[in-house]
Amino acid sequence: MEQQYIDLYNQHRESIKKHSAAVMNNMRDASFEMFEELRFPTAALENYKYSDLKEPLSVDYGLNINRITIPVNPYEVFKCDVPGIASYLYFVVNDAFYPINEPRNNTLPEGVIIGSLKDVANTHPELLKNYYGKLSTSKKDGLVAFNGAFAQDGFFMYVPKNVKLDKPVQLVNIMRSDVDFMANSHNLIILEEGAKAQLLVCDHTMDDVRFLSNRVTEVFVGQNATYEHYKLENTHNKTTNLATLLIDQQTSSNVLTNVITLHNGVTRNTIEIDLDGEHCETLLCGMVIADKNQQVDNFSSIIHNKPNGNSRELFKYVLDDTAKGGFTGKLYVAKNAQKTSAFQTNRNILLKKTAKMRTKPQLEIYADDVKCSHGATIGQLDETAKFYMQSRGISESEAKLLLMSAFTNDVIENIRIPALQDRIKMLVEKRLRGELSKCEGCVICQ
Amino acid sequence: MLEIKNLHANINGKEILKGLDLVVRPGEIHAIMGPNGAGKSTLASVLTGNQAFEVTKGNVTFYGKNLLELSPEDRSREGIFLSFQYPVEIPGVSMVNFMRAALNEHRKYKNLEPISATDFLRTMREKKELVEMDSKLANRSVNEGFSGGEKKRNEIFQMAMLDPRLSILDETDSGLDIDALRIVASGVNKLKRPDNACIVITHYQRLLDYIVPDFVHVLYNGRIVKSGGKELALELEERGYDWIKKEVDGE
Repeated sequence: MEQQYIDLYNQHRESIKKHSAAVMNNMRDASFEMFEELRFPTAALENYKYSDLKEPLSVDYGLNINRITIPVNPYEVFKCDVPGIASYLYFVVNDAFYPINEPRNNTLPEGVIIGSLKDVANTHPELLKNYYGKLSTSKKDGLVAFNGAFAQDGFFMYVPKNVKLDKPVQLVNIMRSDVDFMANSHNLIILEEGAKAQLLVCDHTMDDVRFLSNRVTEVFVGQNATYEHYKLENTHNKTTNLATLLIDQQTSSNVLTNVITLHNGVTRNTIEIDLDGEHCETLLCGMVIADKNQQVDNFSSIIHNKPNGNSRELFKYVLDDTAKGGFTGKLYVAKNAQKTSAFQTNRNILLKKTAKMRTKPQLEIYADDVKCSHGATIGQLDETAKFYMQSRGISESEAKLLLMSAFTNDVIENIRIPALQDRIKMLVEKRLRGELSKCEGCVICQ
Repeated sequence: MLEIKNLHANINGKEILKGLDLVVRPGEIHAIMGPNGAGKSTLASVLTGNQAFEVTKGNVTFYGKNLLELSPEDRSREGIFLSFQYPVEIPGVSMVNFMRAALNEHRKYKNLEPISATDFLRTMREKKELVEMDSKLANRSVNEGFSGGEKKRNEIFQMAMLDPRLSILDETDSGLDIDALRIVASGVNKLKRPDNACIVITHYQRLLDYIVPDFVHVLYNGRIVKSGGKELALELEERGYDWIKKEVDGE
């Protein structure tokens, strides 16, 4: 199945480059060669053993190499699911940054640049050249290499030294196509020393076709900078979302990552966080609610390269029907990363016997003065707690709901945007009640 | 209000209750005593609808309704309350949400509107005072990290909130120091009315110094083998259960 993409690249190499930017093209051929060598990942690879991507990758997707404008006005079709959130709002339609700005976005603090990666690569090549591909090109990963070969655009955000964004930035990925479609976008986020930003990424699908998105996001968090990355997946079940998030943290930086899958078909998140300075703090959270035959695999890797780092990781899954979940928590503590403290937790509830969860902590610790712990559990709802609630008059379904909400609550508490937290709490409840087995207003999922 | 006739119940195929009879009328306090393994807690579990137990014979009516056909939640809404021997910790569910959900389900059952926020908070405050419960406990998760005494007080607090017609106190005295025992008992006594009733399940006589029963029953080997007034409890305290066992086994 790789061959058609290899042929496509060989035939259209020049068009791909023509519709992108020099900084991105510089690494394109090398990425392509790496893809030729690595191919798409299969479950035979250790890092992909919980992801079965064969079927979704074998679909004959269309690509938009010549960057034909997709006839859609995202401001009209996308009604924000988070009412009350005041944000700077941007769209990526399939894999192209949507160029028309809302007036409210023009009030960005001075020096902040948000826009199309391709355009910024042309207007400010100096900004990109020290960052673009710095984290991604070294990854021996077929999906990342494929992205490097085919991604022509994406979302770009630059927050200069000591500038703090007053509102969250919201990036909505909209998938719109009349035929089965594949999107490859590359996002680049740069926070300089002491900067502060929150980014909320929402995935949204519009049409009843098969979609596959293969997105790579590189994030550079400078010294003393603070960054929050939220990802909310609420896409239809014919969607495959493959997302690689690579974060580099410098001294005393603080990062919160919270990845929430409320609804989708096949999800693979690869999240790698490098703590490259001393006294880094990172909190990585995630939550999955999946039913029917949905499949969600979160592969995480936290790398402590310097001393006095602090990382916490918390992932929770609620799986129903024949849903499949996977979690890998890789933790690496380098030899000189003394006084590291790292805690990892993964807890899972299977609502039916047919649901499956596979989880794997993977700790590699080479320093000798560290505090590390990990824990993983797979179980059912607590029957005694359920009976206790029923014996107080609470119905069985309400009791289950309270228990499931309680179970996911500590992930939701790690959302530091109040309007978003309220909204997600509500969405999770609706989802658990079975009222939202599809996205709001969507007629595609059965 | 409650009539139990020839009740037989199993757990995992083993028969625990073997023909139990009991009648409780409004305004009465019944104490059920008996040696370990007699079936005291099984009775409480069966009455509240714990699915682990299977009723094989007999019937139970509550104000004329067949209790055994009702779900656990409907039994509660009908006015049966169990104070658990081992109250369950529910991390992540706050006492406030838990109580509000329970109260509103009771109200819905009676075709009443959900309780207003002010009324709810006022009721919470009043009932907390009744069991001298620390205000902070109400903001925590249900029973999570509560001491043994706090858990039992929390049970009586919930009882006060739900205002049951029949309360079953399952070994409420176990694990309580004397002060906690006094507070719990005084809470129960304050909730006592001519139109409600209480079944006190206990191994020891101690609690009955505070909650004075109208009737004392001895449960042994799955049946009530002896009934009497409050003086029977004192006799049991003095003589233990062996003489009763002998009486019964010698039959």
